[in-house]
Amino acid sequence: MDIELMINSFPKLLNATLITLKLLSVSLIFGLFIGLGFAILRMNNNKLINKFAYGYSYIFRGTPLLVQIFIIYFGLGQIEYLRTTFLWVVLKEPYWCAIIAFSLNTGAYTSEILRSAFQTIKPGYLEAGRSLGIPSKIIFTKIQIPIAIKQSLPAYGNEIILMLKGTSLASTVTLMDLTGVAKYIISTTFKPVEVFIVAGGIYLFMTFIIHNVIKYLEKKYGFQT
Amino acid sequence: MELLYFGDKGWGDELFFATLMTIAVSITAMIIGFIFAALFTPLKLSNNKILNSIANAYTTVIRGVPELLVIYLFFFGGSGAIMFVASIFGYNDYIEINAFLTGSFSIGIISGAYSTEVFRGALQSIDKGQFEAAKVLGFNKYIYFFKIILPQMLRLAFPNLSNVWQITLKDTSLISVTGLVEIMRQSYIAAGSTRDPLFFYSFAAVLYLMLTFLSMQLLNRLETKYSKGY
Repeated sequence: MDIELMINSFPKLLNATLITLKLLSVSLIFGLFIGLGFAILRMNNNKLINKFAYGYSYIFRGTPLLVQIFIIYFGLGQIEYLRTTFLWVVLKEPYWCAIIAFSLNTGAYTSEILRSAFQTIKPGYLEAGRSLGIPSKIIFTKIQIPIAIKQSLPAYGNEIILMLKGTSLASTVTLMDLTGVAKYIISTTFKPVEVFIVAGGIYLFMTFIIHNVIKYLEKKYGFQT
Repeated sequence: MELLYFGDKGWGDELFFATLMTIAVSITAMIIGFIFAALFTPLKLSNNKILNSIANAYTTVIRGVPELLVIYLFFFGGSGAIMFVASIFGYNDYIEINAFLTGSFSIGIISGAYSTEVFRGALQSIDKGQFEAAKVLGFNKYIYFFKIILPQMLRLAFPNLSNVWQITLKDTSLISVTGLVEIMRQSYIAAGSTRDPLFFYSFAAVLYLMLTFLSMQLLNRLETKYSKGY
């Protein structure tokens, strides 16, 4: 066991953790909006819109995240037309490509979580709102959304942890996130166990924090039914 | 479409064999995962605190650390560990382990952690009376476990196990980093030599979608078949 290497690599890995956290938080925020949008589309009565939203979540949940990143990072650059538009400013950066792939991916999972949360809201709440004469827009924003958020907290907590693990794939498109730096140190020192313990420890610490924050929020905002 | 021709001109046959490789790795990993789950599920439910915390450490660490990091650990550390064991027995040459074995082993350990949790949940949701009744009736241990508990457990675990299968299938794309030629690696090679990454990665996505779609159809059918009695 090379304790010195573990101590020396700790600050480097901690520095890389910042990139991991940045990727995670930015894609979670985008993903939440995408997920909410598609969840609303899923509940639309129009069959075409419904099918479209279902297809989106099916494709992104049925293929590996690695394929999605590669299509966006290596694939989209091939389209000549894209290179002339302003989109190219975004798509030539691996950082933004990773963010786009992660957001679309977590958006697909989030839309499923939110959809099932919306569908399990007791009809009595909505009927009560309607019989009080509350406009349907306010029923949606003030009754449906808060209840759906509460009900989807446990599942969404799992999704955050899955996404934290997903950000490790950013290292395949040359980003030096926690896994990327860990791999670099492993391949230069050939000490995989030591680096794994330090990097894995940092990941575990983050999952531990996320898990407990979600648990706290569940206790605070959850209600007994 | 010329790119997909079989034979020397296209990549059809290569991608076909790569798909078979993905299926083979997924199935092997799933089986290795079941072996791990069979070892760790009893520990998870045991009353011994030390055994219990070993099993908890296994599932917590594996489910909390990115798959890619676990794969790097086995990819870089695997041959080192085996060479160390071999050197104890007096064998000092370089040993390179097979990419297929490293890949399916690392994915197997990951899928084993998920399977352990699934089996634990299934065992705990079997009605207590079933255990008691089997004991009261004086069945021997073999019948008690294989004829009474296991069939009920498998039925309860089945829906979640198909989720584990889907996770495992998608995780196999990650072992392309070790150079094993499965769908992702083959697409990478093809994209590199034809300079057409968009087509090949999209085609890889289609292949994965087909695999997940077909296996879910099959598993759903099995599920309805085996839960008929309920």
